Amino acid sequence: MATLNVNGQSVTLDVEGDTPLLWALREQAGLTGTKYGCGIAQCGACTVHIDGRPVRACVYPVSAVQPGQRITTIEGLATDASHPVQRAWLELDTPQCGYCQSGMIMAAAALLEQNPEPTDADIDRAMTNICRCGTLPRVRAGIHRAAEIAREEADS
Amino acid sequence: MSATLLSRREFVIGTAATGVGLSVGMTLPLSANAAQGTPEVNAWVVIDPDDTVTIRIARTEMGQGTATGLAQLVAEELGCDWDRVTWEYPTPGNNLKRDRVWGSFSTGGSRGIRSSHQYVREGGATARLLLTEAAANAMGVPASECTVENSRVTHAASGRSKRFGEVATAAADLPPPMDVTLKTPDEWQLIGKPVPRIDTRPKLDGSQVYGADVNLPGMLNASIKACPVFGGKLKSFDASAIEGRRGVVRAVAVGDDAVAVVADTWWRAKTALDALPIEWDYGPNAEVSSASIDATLDEGLNADDAFVGNQNGDVGAGLGAAEQTITATYAYPFQNHAPLEPMNTTARWSKDRCEVWCPTQNGEAALAAAAEASGLPQTQCEAYKLSPGGGFGRRGAFHDFVHQAVLIARQFPDTPVKLLWTREEDMAQGRFHPVTKARLTGGLDENGKLSGLRVRISGQSILAAVFPGALRDGADLATFQCLLPGGEHAFTYSVDNLLIDHAMRNPHVPPGFWRGVNVNQNVVYVECFLDELAHAAGRDPLDFRHDLLEGHPLARAVLDAAAERAGWGEPLSEGHGRGLAVCKAFDSFVAACAEVSVENGKLRMHKITAATDPGVAVNPQQIEAQVAGSFVYGLSAMLYGKCTVADGAIVESNFDDYPSMRLAEMPEVETIVMPSGGFWGGVGEPTIAVAAPAVLNAIFAATGRRIRELPIGDQALTV
Repeated sequence: MATLNVNGQSVTLDVEGDTPLLWALREQAGLTGTKYGCGIAQCGACTVHIDGRPVRACVYPVSAVQPGQRITTIEGLATDASHPVQRAWLELDTPQCGYCQSGMIMAAAALLEQNPEPTDADIDRAMTNICRCGTLPRVRAGIHRAAEIAREEADS
Repeated sequence: MSATLLSRREFVIGTAATGVGLSVGMTLPLSANAAQGTPEVNAWVVIDPDDTVTIRIARTEMGQGTATGLAQLVAEELGCDWDRVTWEYPTPGNNLKRDRVWGSFSTGGSRGIRSSHQYVREGGATARLLLTEAAANAMGVPASECTVENSRVTHAASGRSKRFGEVATAAADLPPPMDVTLKTPDEWQLIGKPVPRIDTRPKLDGSQVYGADVNLPGMLNASIKACPVFGGKLKSFDASAIEGRRGVVRAVAVGDDAVAVVADTWWRAKTALDALPIEWDYGPNAEVSSASIDATLDEGLNADDAFVGNQNGDVGAGLGAAEQTITATYAYPFQNHAPLEPMNTTARWSKDRCEVWCPTQNGEAALAAAAEASGLPQTQCEAYKLSPGGGFGRRGAFHDFVHQAVLIARQFPDTPVKLLWTREEDMAQGRFHPVTKARLTGGLDENGKLSGLRVRISGQSILAAVFPGALRDGADLATFQCLLPGGEHAFTYSVDNLLIDHAMRNPHVPPGFWRGVNVNQNVVYVECFLDELAHAAGRDPLDFRHDLLEGHPLARAVLDAAAERAGWGEPLSEGHGRGLAVCKAFDSFVAACAEVSVENGKLRMHKITAATDPGVAVNPQQIEAQVAGSFVYGLSAMLYGKCTVADGAIVESNFDDYPSMRLAEMPEVETIVMPSGGFWGGVGEPTIAVAAPAVLNAIFAATGRRIRELPIGDQALTV
């Protein structure tokens, strides 16, 4: 059994402690927006936030989540896809197949949280997710655009 | 634009209930979706009373944008309000029932638009004529006096009009017109516009349901291992070792070469499978290695027997008369498609019905695979397509994962079972980019012009393994993509004395159609070798190609466009180099100019300028996305893509030893879309062909180092 705070709600999951957070979320919590791509923290499709920091949930055991820590998944990032990253992604038509995009969006949102105006070099360091379709140029453009949207929001 | 739905007839299934409001629920197609409730106007168009237009898309949307492009084609002729357009997949079972009214479901070869533009536009035009006639009847005016725009039929003379939604039911009852006339390109309002994709929204918040996300009531989960050596068999497994593990139902043999563990959750199934002792009979290929395959290919390079793909003049005389001749050998490895969503299928089998939910590039083939594995006729089966998390050819000609899922489900009658491969299984059980080598010999005359070109390809044939019926007198003409005298993959150079042939050598590793297929290696071979010849002749590589492209103005135009935009011939920063490549592939003309530098042995790709002439450019912003994406896929292959064979099995197992390019490595891409009109070319694959050779030629320009074996991997880049 594990009790977790997911997207602002406390949930108790009937799961072994060594189960990766990814599978607890997908199979026990029914939150399938977070994806399985590699299982070894290489591709980033499973990226969620723990207290706002990006974590690759496929190698993060449920037992490592500390009491009081807040987990955010793609489903809980914003209501109605209104996060600046999601809005920028929509504007630029960033996704192709979309399978990596939950992880991309969560990684990008975490980057902007810590660094509201990232340079290309900052983006290179933070965004190590794999996209096989090849959305990488629009991911970069999307992060810059999301930073702009967030600034516009702050100004208005 | 409304969000993409999987089906008009959807059922919301609550997933594991663990917290009020936490579960997002899922929408899944559970029943065949044609013509229930709201009548369709025709096979391609369904219009609700509120004017929502649902366009049926038979091809698979796997990221390449085909759903949007095809919807544009239908909507263009239909005359509907584009902002009210949504889309759905017809099911393969319904296609079968309705005498293949939607044509082919096969989604590969960059064919989505180029091979169906005619009939899908006719579908839209037919629906428009039916709606017009129904509206005219309702208004009591002649249809010939009505005009159609934005989902409204207007009779200008009387000032009256009808919305599509008001007359859709009546239109559905009218006999379809015998002839339809399509709009001419100058009348197009939607075709050619960079409209946003119609499938983006659910990909932003986790609500898009992929095959891996399918969850049906009472569903079990399966994890599988097949014999890692191709051609090997399952000998035995010790089920007692996993007895009593939480959630595990049981381990089952799957066919004669695989074993699966079935459990309540996939994670429990997967970890139990990891703990399951398995004995394999590795079969006759257990000794095969990359080195032994390489030796076979080397033998083919020198063999007397070979299939001729392209021949012109007398290559012996051309080379004999040359002032200098150059020979080089190139090599291109096995590669895995590695779509980010691993192979999976959910199957439900009962004694008289079998259904599968699967990410597939070819719904009809998925249905056929399900029927074959189920022991039931296709009419008692159905396949529900889910948009794949990447396809790249892995999910088109091969439905091994569908077959396996049904074989497992047969052992759990009436219970849905989701089979999901691990990444490791996906890497081990690929359908690999074929392995080939090429030896090229070119002659240069005293003016530095090409006097003869001899190309010997040695290696694997995809068709021999996958569609042997498509061989011509034993020859696999697809092996000569981009080397053929004409057609969609024509060799674009005019060479007086030319011989290109193929010594077919087929290792046991199963080959497959891999995004770009055989254009990938063939354009590396030709474009890099022409670069070698140009340098040997002391000539500018652009100028050298120009002579040879005399008879191929469209190829020359894209090459010139890329070179000019990239500043070909202009001064470069210290240590930088530029490289070119051009080809015709999938009926489009593409070229690239790369600028790179090598610093401390490390490659930096600064910028790639790419030009594409697809004839008709249906959606330029999606073409741009495909071109940029092609560089990610093609350059990942160039940098890292290699599957090694040891003891008959594939060595690489995940993205740690089979990497894919990250953002930090991605060059800036500038795309020139230059449609010359009059033909329909594909865009999902052609650019991959020019990605690697443009960069490899730029590496040579920057360093003097010629890379002839892919991937670059850890080869030293400096001389």
